[in-house]
Amino acid sequence: MVPLGYYLVLSAILFACGVAGFLIKRNIITIFMSIELMLNAVNLSFVAFAAHWHMLSGQLFVFFVMVVAAAESAVGLAIIIAVFRTRATLDVDRVDLLKL
Amino acid sequence: MNETSFHLWLIPALPLAGAALNGLFGRSFSRKIVTALALFASGAAFAWAALSAFRFTALAEDAIPHIENYATWFRVGDFSVPFAFQLDQLSLVMILVVTGVGFLIHIYSVGYMAHEGGYYRYFAYLNLFMFFMLTLVLANNYLVMFVGWEGVGLASYLLIGFFFQRDSAASAGKKAFIVNRIGDFGFLIALFLMVQHFGTVTFTEVFQQVSLRPVETAGAGLLTTIGILLMTGACGKSAQLPLYVWLPDAMEGPTPVSALIHAATMVTAGVYMVARSNPIFFRSPSALTVVAIIGTLTAFFAATIGITQTDIKRVLAYSTISQLGYMFMACGVAAFSAGIFHLMTHAFFKALLFLGAGSVIHALSGEQDMRQMGGLHKHIPWTFWTMFAATLAIAGIPGFSGFFSKDEILWNAYASPWGGHWIYWFMGFLTALMTSFYMFRLLFLTFYGKYRGTLSTGAKHGGHSQIHESPKIMTIPLAILAVLAVIGGYVGIPATLGGTNRFEHFLEPMFKAPPLPAGIVEHANHALELPLMACTTGAALLGLFLAWLLYVSRPQLPQRIAEAAGGVYRLVFNKYYIDELYRAVLVNPLITGSTKLLWHGIDSAGIDGAIDGSARGAQQVSNEVRQMQSGNLRSYAGWIAIGAVAVIIFMIVMGGK
Repeated sequence: MVPLGYYLVLSAILFACGVAGFLIKRNIITIFMSIELMLNAVNLSFVAFAAHWHMLSGQLFVFFVMVVAAAESAVGLAIIIAVFRTRATLDVDRVDLLKL
Repeated sequence: MNETSFHLWLIPALPLAGAALNGLFGRSFSRKIVTALALFASGAAFAWAALSAFRFTALAEDAIPHIENYATWFRVGDFSVPFAFQLDQLSLVMILVVTGVGFLIHIYSVGYMAHEGGYYRYFAYLNLFMFFMLTLVLANNYLVMFVGWEGVGLASYLLIGFFFQRDSAASAGKKAFIVNRIGDFGFLIALFLMVQHFGTVTFTEVFQQVSLRPVETAGAGLLTTIGILLMTGACGKSAQLPLYVWLPDAMEGPTPVSALIHAATMVTAGVYMVARSNPIFFRSPSALTVVAIIGTLTAFFAATIGITQTDIKRVLAYSTISQLGYMFMACGVAAFSAGIFHLMTHAFFKALLFLGAGSVIHALSGEQDMRQMGGLHKHIPWTFWTMFAATLAIAGIPGFSGFFSKDEILWNAYASPWGGHWIYWFMGFLTALMTSFYMFRLLFLTFYGKYRGTLSTGAKHGGHSQIHESPKIMTIPLAILAVLAVIGGYVGIPATLGGTNRFEHFLEPMFKAPPLPAGIVEHANHALELPLMACTTGAALLGLFLAWLLYVSRPQLPQRIAEAAGGVYRLVFNKYYIDELYRAVLVNPLITGSTKLLWHGIDSAGIDGAIDGSARGAQQVSNEVRQMQSGNLRSYAGWIAIGAVAVIIFMIVMGGK
């Protein structure tokens, strides 16, 4: 059986990839994907812990996360489309009106 | 309230009602209604005071002082202050003087103020003054007295600044108020000491406790402290050294106000207060000495200034200060009844002199400089004759009121077992000489010789004179006061002249002296009284002669003397530069200190600096922090990441412990 540590390290690597992608990339779609990556990294650690401790609550949480992620992608994609329609770009650095 | 209530409250309440009605609604009243209200208020107060006087004489001796308690003002623990009035010989004399002279001056004012604006305001203030002054003299405790004390100060301030469009009048009012405040400070502390040590401020109770204490011959004690503090208050209100400076400036007010407040009544409040507190002063020879020295010096000092002044009202102002000095001299040798006697006669003749001066000023359409007067006795005979009587009275010519009262003061100054000394007498003697001189100088400069002003006298321009006698409503009060100024002294003819000194005997129960302290013997030699009297009379006549010589016989002499005296003359003419000295030593440092240190230093730099600084600091910090709000999504994400890392590190570190 694969030890718990392996899963957690993989999860951490995936999460770090997500964070890095979020910070580095300018394309909104890529950033969006990075968010999904972070969510799934967390999901991975949830299920790993659930299997390790033999508790269902971790798996239950994964469903919650997936549901939220699905809802979020629906809303997020809608926003992206709206942004693209008005500004004709997907570059986040050019979507910076929300400041003083 | 007891059965034989005199309803003393009516006496101050009537003027208060007059002041309230005229003050609140006077603007819409016609002049006739304002006049009627004001005259009724003061006249009825006088009538009620006179009625009370008659009923007072019928009182049994043990019913004096007659106290009417209306309410408890406030009570704190054991300490309570009643709202009560007290009628005894002393307050009776005072209310009669205040209401009597006050009423006459009200009448006079109707004529004098006829052409002035703010008519209703004037009478409202005048009535208000009467109210406070009567509260002051009727009070049966120091706190109610203090209410009146402050109230007359307020009324005085309002009336000095009556012509408030004139800057000098407004600042004279402020000066009077502020200088008085210095004195009031002493009065207040004396009050606090009484509360602390006696637990009461009621006259009878305070004096009861005071009478149990020994005379403070060796060193200063509580009574000396209280006495000197009370005297500080009296110095402010009664314009004694060193706080007299406000009174000459107070002449900015309308002349009847100068007569009523700054000559006849308010300025004598200090004398009244010291006389009222006589049990305290009797038990502190040091405090008595302070009073006597201040009074003597003031009398002498102000008289010298009076000699050189050219403004008719200023001469009278310095004369008032000097005469008040006499009263304090009397109080300082424990001759309180002589002081009150002089207070009364002075009220008559000085009010008359001021009203006469007002009539002169009125006749000359506002001219106050005596160098622009002269030869007026033909034009304004009523004013002349009444002022002549008053001048004889103040100069101490035998037979007139001032002679009797001044002589009694001087005799006591010499002979009183309570610190009488020939130096007081001698200073008083010199002052009497100067008084006679400057008063006759005033009279001669104003009424004799040739007219030196610019108004038409009728001689050249075909009969019509621009100089006119005042209307009857002004001359009648003058005449009444002249009668009083002449005969007012006959209530107190001294025993040496075959009289019985009824005035002194009347007041005697008020001023019961404790036994003389050991080591002091009465050195009064009554054989000396007549020669001393002759001396002062001689001084008065000499003053008269000198004034006649200098201002009637040889009018060019004064100029030459002034030039010969040179620096001395300029020093006196400029009032010893006291105002300048105060300005340099007290006022300017105060203003500079307040401006530089308190305003610029503490207020602007310190307090405002702290507040503005913290505001500016917050703004700067915010400005820096604001930069994080870039609108750049990825930078937000970066901050969140950094925050998350920080939280994780924190958890790791703290979790390890």
